[in-house]
Amino acid sequence: MHSFFDSMVPGSSFFDLLRQNRSDLLPQIRISREGLSPAETRELKESPHGTTILALKYRDGAMIAGDRQATEGFQVSSRRIEKVYKADDYSAIAIAGVAGPCIEMAKLFEVELTHYEKLEGVPLSLEGKANKLSQMVKANLPMAMQGLVVVPIFVGYDARSGGGKIFKYDVTGGRYEETDYYATGSGGKDARSTMKKLYRDGMTEGEAIAVGLEALIDAAEEDVGTGGPDFIRGVFPTVKLAAMAGLQDVPEVRIREVCQAIIDRRRLAERGASAESDTQAGGVS
Amino acid sequence: MALPYYVSPEQMMHDKAEYARKGIARGKSIIVLEYAGGMLLVAENPSASLNKISEIYDRIAFAGAGRYSEFENLRKAGIRYADLKGFAYDREDVTAKSLANAYSQTIGNIFSEAMKPLEVEILVVEVADGALPNELYRITFDGSIGDERGFAAIGGQAEELRLHLKDSYEPGLDQQAALRLAIQALEAVGSVKVKPQSLEVAVLERSRTGRKFRRLSQDDLSAICTNTE
Repeated sequence: MHSFFDSMVPGSSFFDLLRQNRSDLLPQIRISREGLSPAETRELKESPHGTTILALKYRDGAMIAGDRQATEGFQVSSRRIEKVYKADDYSAIAIAGVAGPCIEMAKLFEVELTHYEKLEGVPLSLEGKANKLSQMVKANLPMAMQGLVVVPIFVGYDARSGGGKIFKYDVTGGRYEETDYYATGSGGKDARSTMKKLYRDGMTEGEAIAVGLEALIDAAEEDVGTGGPDFIRGVFPTVKLAAMAGLQDVPEVRIREVCQAIIDRRRLAERGASAESDTQAGGVS
Repeated sequence: MALPYYVSPEQMMHDKAEYARKGIARGKSIIVLEYAGGMLLVAENPSASLNKISEIYDRIAFAGAGRYSEFENLRKAGIRYADLKGFAYDREDVTAKSLANAYSQTIGNIFSEAMKPLEVEILVVEVADGALPNELYRITFDGSIGDERGFAAIGGQAEELRLHLKDSYEPGLDQQAALRLAIQALEAVGSVKVKPQSLEVAVLERSRTGRKFRRLSQDDLSAICTNTE
């Protein structure tokens, strides 16, 4: 048997174990030294992409959400794709980018965290989890250099500081803690604009869910890649909350109600505006 | 030049078995009981941090008796094996049976090939989904494997515990009753009162979603113990 101080023996990292024993299972697309050919690049750019994901802090923790659409070029490839994943009992990850490697990375990250917890008998600290994710994003750098960006947002409840935390990443694996809110993916900019207007410190859980969904609906209106709430098929954004009680899924019924309320309010506002313009028009004539 | 001495294979195996048995007999015991809602694992363990019972995978737990450093290595190897398999195929493809077989192979090879056999006895336990039966495998120092029903015991006083449980175990106990029975068995065999502080207890609860393994805290244990007195 080996000594655990021997660097050749895997420690408590599942990612390292995979790299040493089953590198064929790593979520990477093999890229030759010369890079991708234009045809390969085109093909990958047209493979399914996940679009908008966001996170925001509230009084008791942090919220993370994503729409459900994946696009292939100008086509919808899936209306029910999942972009937000439970990582462990206190944290969650959402990923935007090429769907295949994104889903693989989320799955690998989940195994990574539980693997460590089982081997060591204690879970990683929230900072430790965020750092581990940064190393995994960095391992994807060759793909990112070809424009195949896989960027996650990570949220968790930090028992030590007693609050939620949000981490965003860049393609080089750079890890940045976000103080209030963040969104990324094709509709990320639109979602950020909405959150910038609506975000307040110390929101309640209900307020945070409403702001997050409002931002996703705005992203769906402005960005062709992002899917809005789909009342016909019954497909709604995914929302998870990381708080002291652990990571929770917000039930679909609740998300549906909040989306309905936002849309009803907007419909009323539209009607009000058109009625007003009618009277104005009447006034002129 | 010294003459190479000759030892018959029978003698060598006999000596190794004797050595391993002695090593294990010095250690404390572990009991696993099937109860209505899952599987209960109870170890006599004065240490609060060096565990004898551990989670391996979603529905699978491990218990090791004997030499700590040896079963700790087996435990870690089992987690690596299970996580790799689950990642390559699917989570439901990781089974206690394949894990127990892998353990049996490894321990058996060490017993026949290495100078020193492992001084361990281990249990691999799986709580079943729905109406299927639970699985409970006992693997001894020479790699022999057996599947047990209802209850199992390993470690220093395994034989006495098994005899005690054979008389008093009945299927369909609730969690508290199962824990009470395990403590009774340990007290009867050790003829001393067992304190909650010297116990390590975990359960595989069928009703939990996802990972079924849960350690009972000292508070849980004291509460159950005082309730039953």
